[in-house]
Amino acid sequence: MNQPNKQLRHPLDDLLRTDRIPHIWCPGCGIGTAFSACLTAMKKSGIDLEKTVMISGIGCSGRGAGYVNLDSYHTTHGRAIPFATGMKLANPELNVVVFSGDGDLFAIGGNHFIHAARRNVDLTVVCVNNFNYGMTGGQVAATTPFMARTTTTPAGNPDAPFNLPLLAYASGASYIARWTILHARDLMESIQEAILNRGFSFVEVLSPCPVNYGRRNKEKAMDSMRIYQERTLIRNDARPWELDIDFDKGVILGKFIETERPTCTDRYDTVCRPKELLEEMKGSKP
Amino acid sequence: MEFWRVPFDSEEIQISTGVVYVMEDRCKGCGYCIEFCPRHVLEFSTRFNAKGYHPPAVRKPDECVNCHFCEIICPEFAIYSIEAPIDQPLPVPKEREAA
Repeated sequence: MNQPNKQLRHPLDDLLRTDRIPHIWCPGCGIGTAFSACLTAMKKSGIDLEKTVMISGIGCSGRGAGYVNLDSYHTTHGRAIPFATGMKLANPELNVVVFSGDGDLFAIGGNHFIHAARRNVDLTVVCVNNFNYGMTGGQVAATTPFMARTTTTPAGNPDAPFNLPLLAYASGASYIARWTILHARDLMESIQEAILNRGFSFVEVLSPCPVNYGRRNKEKAMDSMRIYQERTLIRNDARPWELDIDFDKGVILGKFIETERPTCTDRYDTVCRPKELLEEMKGSKP
Repeated sequence: MEFWRVPFDSEEIQISTGVVYVMEDRCKGCGYCIEFCPRHVLEFSTRFNAKGYHPPAVRKPDECVNCHFCEIICPEFAIYSIEAPIDQPLPVPKEREAA
């Protein structure tokens, strides 16, 4: 076991910018596991990695784009989905994976999320939900559970958190799943299905944030994992409105929705680029 | 391995074995691989890596069944397992041997 690191090669090293590893994520942070599941899923799904793009917003999870050895974009805060939509419309052959956090996708980027889901843009969105704004010091976020303590809610969060799968369902997403980083293999399979699914696919990943969220809620990284083990329930047939996050009641995990409906590009092509029009345009050219 | 009910073909099943490799300087000592290894193969070592964390050490190398769970739960890309070569051939079941 005392071999120098040069001889060892991790199976995912070909997809990583190894010169940037070890990454900046804290000890016990789950983003690394979610990221690893995402890379494995990309590899196993058999998609052409030359035509795959990873896009991240701002935040801890936003660093993901900087560590993947593929074409990747680290975009402005909350704007990962608009960048991804633009990329997909400009080149529909691309497989676009958005890897970002709950603050980026659902607080500042909330509107972009619902509209991309409404249009059913063919994207895969992996949202790492760590229940707070981790990078800026652990402030209350749109996903902080009721009564959880953060730097800005020292007496407990008085508001209800977003139910992200319900939001995605109501907006029209065509694939919806939720896992925790402890369910790493299910998570990987789910991301793989999401990548292969046509239309807007959304995977929520619950992840511990031991340094900011955990510290203020008396949860060490291992305690968060124990909670994910003991207070979660896998129910693939659960209805989206039952999926609110309340660890006292139990959090439901699983693959909830898998459907297919015309994507943004399909509809645009039928309405704005009908075959007759294209042929007419071709014919009119000298 | 303990069974609640021993499978009929447990004699014939060849259990795969794995070799665990740890890239010690990537480890940040979260302990997920140690805690969640289904066969309890790993433990914290007493030595420090370059960043001052205790990386995992292989305590029971023969117990590893190459399930890759340490590899997929590790947030640091610091541990992986590779299937060990099987040196003994599959045991032939007795009935078939007689026939």
